Amino acid sequence: MSKKELLSKIGLRLDGRRAHELRRIRCKLGVFTEPDGSAYMEQGLTKVLAAVYGPHQVRGSKSKAHHDNCLINCQFSMAVFSTTDRKKRPRGDRKSTELSMHLQQALESVIKTELYPWSQIDVYVEVLHADGGIYPTCVNAATLALIDAGIPIKEYVCACTASLANNDVPMVDISHQEEVMGGPTLTIAALPMSGKIVLMEMSQRFHLDHLDKVMNKALQGCKDIRQILDAAVRLHVRDIGSATGWALTSYNE
Amino acid sequence: MFTTKTFIKKTRIGHFLKHVREHYIRDDISCGFKSCEKCQPVESFLSPDHHNKCSLFNYNHYIILDTNVILDQLDVLEEAPIGNVIILHTVLTEVKHRSLPIYKKLFTLIENPSKHYYIFTNDHHKDTYIEQLDGELVNDYNDRCIRKACSWYMEHLPNEKFILLTEDADNRNIANEEGITACSIFPYVKHMNDNAVLEDKLSRKEIYLDKDAKDLFPPHLNNVELLTGIKEGTLYQGTFRASRDNFLEGYVSVEALEDQVLVQGRAGLNRAVDGDVVVVELFDKSDWISPSEIILEDEGGVEDVKDIEQKEKELKETATKKKGEIKPTGKVVGIIRRKWRQYCGILQGGLEGVYQLFVPADRSIPKIRIETRQAEFLKTQKLIVTIDSWPRYSRYPHGHFVRALGKIGDQTTENEVILLEHDVPHSQFSEEVLSCLPKLPWIITDDDVQKRVDLRDLDICSVDPPGCTDIDDALHCREVGDHLEVGVHIADVSHFIRPGTALDLEAQSRGTTVYLVNNRIDMVPDLLSSNLCSLRGGEERFAFSCIWEIDKNANILNTRFHKSIIKSKVAMTYEEAQMTIDDKSKNDNIAKSLRYLNMLAKILKKRRLENGALVLASPEVKIMMDSETMEPLDIEVKKMFQTMSMVEEFMLLANISVAEKILQDFPECACLRRHPVPPSSNFDPLIKAGRHLGLEIKIDSGKDLAKSLDDAVKPDNPYLNTMLRILATRCMLQAVYFASGTLQKEDYFHYGLAVPLYTHFTSPIRRYADIIVHRLLAVSCGADATYAVLLDKSKTNEICQNLNYRNRMAQYAGRASIAFNTHLFFKGKLQDEQGYILYVRKNALQVLIPRYGLESTLYLARKGESSNIFEYNEEDQTQRAKDVVLHAFDPVKVRLSLNSDNIQHEKFVLQLVSPFIEGFSVPPIEEMDTSCEPTNDSGKKRKSTGDEKKNKNKKSPKNKN
Repeated sequence: MSKKELLSKIGLRLDGRRAHELRRIRCKLGVFTEPDGSAYMEQGLTKVLAAVYGPHQVRGSKSKAHHDNCLINCQFSMAVFSTTDRKKRPRGDRKSTELSMHLQQALESVIKTELYPWSQIDVYVEVLHADGGIYPTCVNAATLALIDAGIPIKEYVCACTASLANNDVPMVDISHQEEVMGGPTLTIAALPMSGKIVLMEMSQRFHLDHLDKVMNKALQGCKDIRQILDAAVRLHVRDIGSATGWALTSYNE
Repeated sequence: MFTTKTFIKKTRIGHFLKHVREHYIRDDISCGFKSCEKCQPVESFLSPDHHNKCSLFNYNHYIILDTNVILDQLDVLEEAPIGNVIILHTVLTEVKHRSLPIYKKLFTLIENPSKHYYIFTNDHHKDTYIEQLDGELVNDYNDRCIRKACSWYMEHLPNEKFILLTEDADNRNIANEEGITACSIFPYVKHMNDNAVLEDKLSRKEIYLDKDAKDLFPPHLNNVELLTGIKEGTLYQGTFRASRDNFLEGYVSVEALEDQVLVQGRAGLNRAVDGDVVVVELFDKSDWISPSEIILEDEGGVEDVKDIEQKEKELKETATKKKGEIKPTGKVVGIIRRKWRQYCGILQGGLEGVYQLFVPADRSIPKIRIETRQAEFLKTQKLIVTIDSWPRYSRYPHGHFVRALGKIGDQTTENEVILLEHDVPHSQFSEEVLSCLPKLPWIITDDDVQKRVDLRDLDICSVDPPGCTDIDDALHCREVGDHLEVGVHIADVSHFIRPGTALDLEAQSRGTTVYLVNNRIDMVPDLLSSNLCSLRGGEERFAFSCIWEIDKNANILNTRFHKSIIKSKVAMTYEEAQMTIDDKSKNDNIAKSLRYLNMLAKILKKRRLENGALVLASPEVKIMMDSETMEPLDIEVKKMFQTMSMVEEFMLLANISVAEKILQDFPECACLRRHPVPPSSNFDPLIKAGRHLGLEIKIDSGKDLAKSLDDAVKPDNPYLNTMLRILATRCMLQAVYFASGTLQKEDYFHYGLAVPLYTHFTSPIRRYADIIVHRLLAVSCGADATYAVLLDKSKTNEICQNLNYRNRMAQYAGRASIAFNTHLFFKGKLQDEQGYILYVRKNALQVLIPRYGLESTLYLARKGESSNIFEYNEEDQTQRAKDVVLHAFDPVKVRLSLNSDNIQHEKFVLQLVSPFIEGFSVPPIEEMDTSCEPTNDSGKKRKSTGDEKKNKNKKSPKNKN
């Protein structure tokens, strides 16, 4: 038997959630004024800032530019104070390069890149506090930042993790504690409305018997996250709108 | 759905890291009462029909427990009268943190519907969650949480009554001030109806017998001192192992030190009990001593101190400082973790009053002092007792009675004791397990036939010991062209035991079938073990076949595995098979194939031995039982047939072939078996023994050892070789199962068999490891699908650990059962037997009697005294009496009788018959007068053996007749 059970016999996880419950999500669009779009996202204790610049002219060597679509440049970084042990994290180390590429892959699937030939969009994400599920939070934050920047996307792209508790019960949105103690973790980035999966990653192998239910759990998590993001976007748009005045008119009507 | 309030918990470990964790507070946690309308209904065992009857409170009430009550008094809680208990989550985590075994036991209680327990998750409930204050101790915080939950319950359900049971006086007082009814468990149990049994089970931490009792033991250091000591390297942490022969001696195995640390005397042991994790302090090198070679037994009464002081003196006098044998010596200064468990044993007779001494069957455990009101009854019983505490002023640890097992000396009781002492799960198979069995009549469907290779036409036969009902292997051999085709067919148990079912889990936890002399504790239910899986003669059965094509020089040309259907033509015993081979007139297919198999087996064996496989020996005996009275009739050494080694060779071959196959397909999670190379220091006794005989035993490799053992033959002592092999066997380490991914390839080696890879495949009916191997192999050959746990290397390793433990225990249990029946057989008998000296000790000879596979001690002097007849020579390991010199391995004739003075540890008493030594030896039985036939009165006999020891300079009175 494993030393610690991730899901107690009464069905509660270590932090008091049930297996299907996400961590608390708080998000805010438009947190910076300098970039074209920005967002702050909090999933449990994992906190991420995202900023979007562009679309703009391709910087650096022009040869990178595409004639039919735009270049998406993602930069992932973690703050030195984001984990329990304070560590210098050089930009461009293996882990962050990998995460940057994964992020790029997820975003390319939703951005209507064909609208911006010869141009480039920069997406910067910075992890302020890491407590498990860094990648999903980054994807979700980047999605919000893209929306804030007004870049056309096909639909929300959301990401979520899932794992197995006690080798049997699938559970969603894995915290750092659970990541460390539990078995393999599955990360999915999906288009929740169409149900398409754009990225899937496993930290270890799952047995085929389990893969299906864990994947479904993660997908369900993505759908739940989409709802929360959607509500946040609508609220934000209403706030902006009321500031500019046109929301007021709709109130009066 | 959920409230999302985030709270921050800080924990500081090691490098002072700050951990921040989420803590969700919920509003959907139920109080667990069916009658409650405010909460969502949940499954709960709390029942208004159960009443806790305690005369202190003349109303029905629910009990809320504090952690300390659960930790100390679980035995009381297990009793039926106490029910309707609410376990708070705070308490549950604390229990888990403090003691995992108690946590597990508590959980079985909670899951038992008739106990009416309910877990209330108070730390995630919105009304009972409280924050830890700055500077508040964890204990105080937990107490506060418990009180908060109590008052919440009282407020939440005003119509019900709640009682908090706690041993913490402060907590009780504050609770009472806050209006919570709180009570200690002692008065509570005392005032319960029918409390007699319950009260015995109360664990007593503090007993004030004698206010000014002086302290017998030095105090233990406190935890902080211990930890700093270990960190600074002045103290060492290790596991304490008590000596079985000398209650004032023990060892501490410390990881950091090469040698075990010797601890001696009352102060040295300082209340450590076998198995405890202790901290030792080493003495200066000049104070190091060598282990004493005398045998000391604890003979004290309840509060008798003189005895122990005298024994200590004895020990000190014998303490020697021999060069070369000096061990690091130290003393126990503190105890990190107690490994106290429940012990089987009996009460020591002759004590009055409520305080009784309990004598555990395990000799490495000290006597335990218990308080009971049913001493008279318990004196006739075998019972289970557990240790509660060991205060400084007490000669013995304090414990309490758990339960009685049955009458002393009863066969069923003794079996029960053996099983319990060796932790063998032996309860009946549960309904759930039995429901996994196939329904009878069991028929083979067309579907089955399609999936399997049909081998029903082959002339397959099985060869097993007589009376065997769980036949798991069968063989065949036939000519195919120039070559031979050999098949080993193993019962396809994994077809019936599907992974993850209750049946599978039960078999996994049992791990192995345990064979006692007159009883078999099956790993799988009888229907499978002796019917559907057993490859009985003339019946169609499913098998897993391993088929080789072999040339006539026993070289394997190719190997294949598949599931099959077979029909064994005949189930033979070893003897029958041997006769079939030898009988030249028989020429049917079975006889032919047996002859081929025998021929191949001889070549295989020769090749194996050339490779350095060891032939080891251990005295194995079979006890013939009277089928009606269940009493042992005779003991005989197991007979050996060539056919036994024939079957063995092919089983080895099959196991090796399978091991190669599964490792190839599952490099990470194959379940293999390895036999580690023993450290060279293990061979010291063997080399020493050889040197005295002028034989050189080389141990550099298995091959060298095998060769030296083969060469160690002396014509004048034909049994010598066997004895050396017995000694060699004792130098070995245990072979163990492991998951291939957890070790380096070099470590897979099987030392005893001298093969690089080995596993167990051939006995799935009685070993669980074989079932795992079957499943892996089935996946390899496409007959089955994998499942998650099968491919999980850490899980496989976990299972292997359990199997290793169960196997070891099963082996010990089997031996214990044989020992018990041997004792039963010798009760009231007196016999002269041929024996051999195995070891020479300072005051005794260790004698092996091959006829009964018995090893016993022949005392040359009374305990603790040195003999005035014998002279002990340590260098040569001899005992000299005038002109007679006794060496190790010398043949001796001894008189064998059973001393039943101590009913738990009946001992064989040996007396020397020949060589005759004036003033010590006894004449052979034949010369004795018939009037002192020992069988007529065993009581008298006991007395006479006692006398003999005292008057060892005179002839015993019996012999004068």
